[in-house]
Amino acid sequence: MIALLLRDLNLAVRAGGGFGLGLAFFLIVTVLVPFGVGPEGAILSTIAPGILWVGALLACLLSLDRIFALDFEDGSLDLLATAPIPLEGVVAMKAAAHWFTTGLPLTLAAPVLGLLLNLDGAGYGWLVASLALGTPALSMIGTFGAALTVGLKRGGLLLSLLVLPLYVPTLIFGAETVKRGADGMATGTALMMLGAITLAASALLPFAAAAAIRINLR
Amino acid sequence: MRYPMEMIVSDLACARGGVPVLEGVSFTLAAGQALLLRGPNGIGKTTLLRTLAGLQPALAGQVSVPPETMAYAAHADGLKATLTVTENLQFWARIFGQRGIDRALEDFNLTDLAGRAAQNLSAGQKRRLGLARLLVTGRPIWVLDEPTVSLDVASVALFGAAVRRHLDGGGAALIATHIDLGFPAGQLDVTPFRAQPRGLDHFDEAFA
Repeated sequence: MIALLLRDLNLAVRAGGGFGLGLAFFLIVTVLVPFGVGPEGAILSTIAPGILWVGALLACLLSLDRIFALDFEDGSLDLLATAPIPLEGVVAMKAAAHWFTTGLPLTLAAPVLGLLLNLDGAGYGWLVASLALGTPALSMIGTFGAALTVGLKRGGLLLSLLVLPLYVPTLIFGAETVKRGADGMATGTALMMLGAITLAASALLPFAAAAAIRINLR
Repeated sequence: MRYPMEMIVSDLACARGGVPVLEGVSFTLAAGQALLLRGPNGIGKTTLLRTLAGLQPALAGQVSVPPETMAYAAHADGLKATLTVTENLQFWARIFGQRGIDRALEDFNLTDLAGRAAQNLSAGQKRRLGLARLLVTGRPIWVLDEPTVSLDVASVALFGAAVRRHLDGGGAALIATHIDLGFPAGQLDVTPFRAQPRGLDHFDEAFA
């Protein structure tokens, strides 16, 4: 299974692999928002937690349809389904590879982009913590959505519509953590809810996604 | 071979897109044997092979085969364009828990191309790489769907030799093909197993 993870990471950083896609999108959003909103620092720091989390979420969404579609088109998915590793393991590795190429870079880049949005000093640690805890859930839920739409040509629209409502709790608790952290309030509850979403998603969704792929391969 | 293995298919029926295409298919494939599936386009050879490989459920009947013994190769080769020949093969070898891809490269005359990215291969070379994948699976029963598409005469001979070696080693092969592969093999024409068109009394099932 590690071989699959390494292959996916390898493919992502090669030409056309889409490694920088999410990161570039995140950068664009956070650079453009101050231009649109205006330079008042107070307003920017109020909306910074929300914008950063929405930007990260949309950046994650952008690369979801690649997770299985490419493997489906070139026949790899059929071959992986007949390989000795369980399909649940394939799904988990795919989600992990998506997180390493999207969620992790976003988490690491977020503090720098927080500067652009005048995020309060106390918020940076919580921003990184909440993204580190929350983006695995985004990858896992997104992988499930990608599994549901794998056989569809140009299924990107349907995928976004399916996945967005499932992303809402992560967004609420993620942005809430940063907001509370920046205001110097207790963040424990929001952070724990975020962790719970990630754990529940990683525990349950590989099975659901594998079942969806089996049906879509028929 | 590690253990005696045999594929027994009895009274199998399979469907494509909800429409039954073949029914009552029965055959036995023992170690050392090859069976060529024949039949016109659209008769359901691919559907049958996908059903046997476990990619879709059978409508009826049984497939009895030891677990984890089948290597399936479809029309698509499952190659990654940006990986080299070696990387592609090594990936599948590791997925199947095998080591050593040198023999597979040699058998399909890919050694000179080992460092080339798959996107720069010709159609026939890609196909040879797809077939070389079978050798690194280490599995005894090959289930192949038109393996010789886009291969030239010399490559078909390479493939034939690889299958013969596989059979001599106690393997088995089930191959859907339209051409003569140049080795002794049983033939199974699936045309007589074409599913009977259903009457109107089943009309509602399409909406069930």
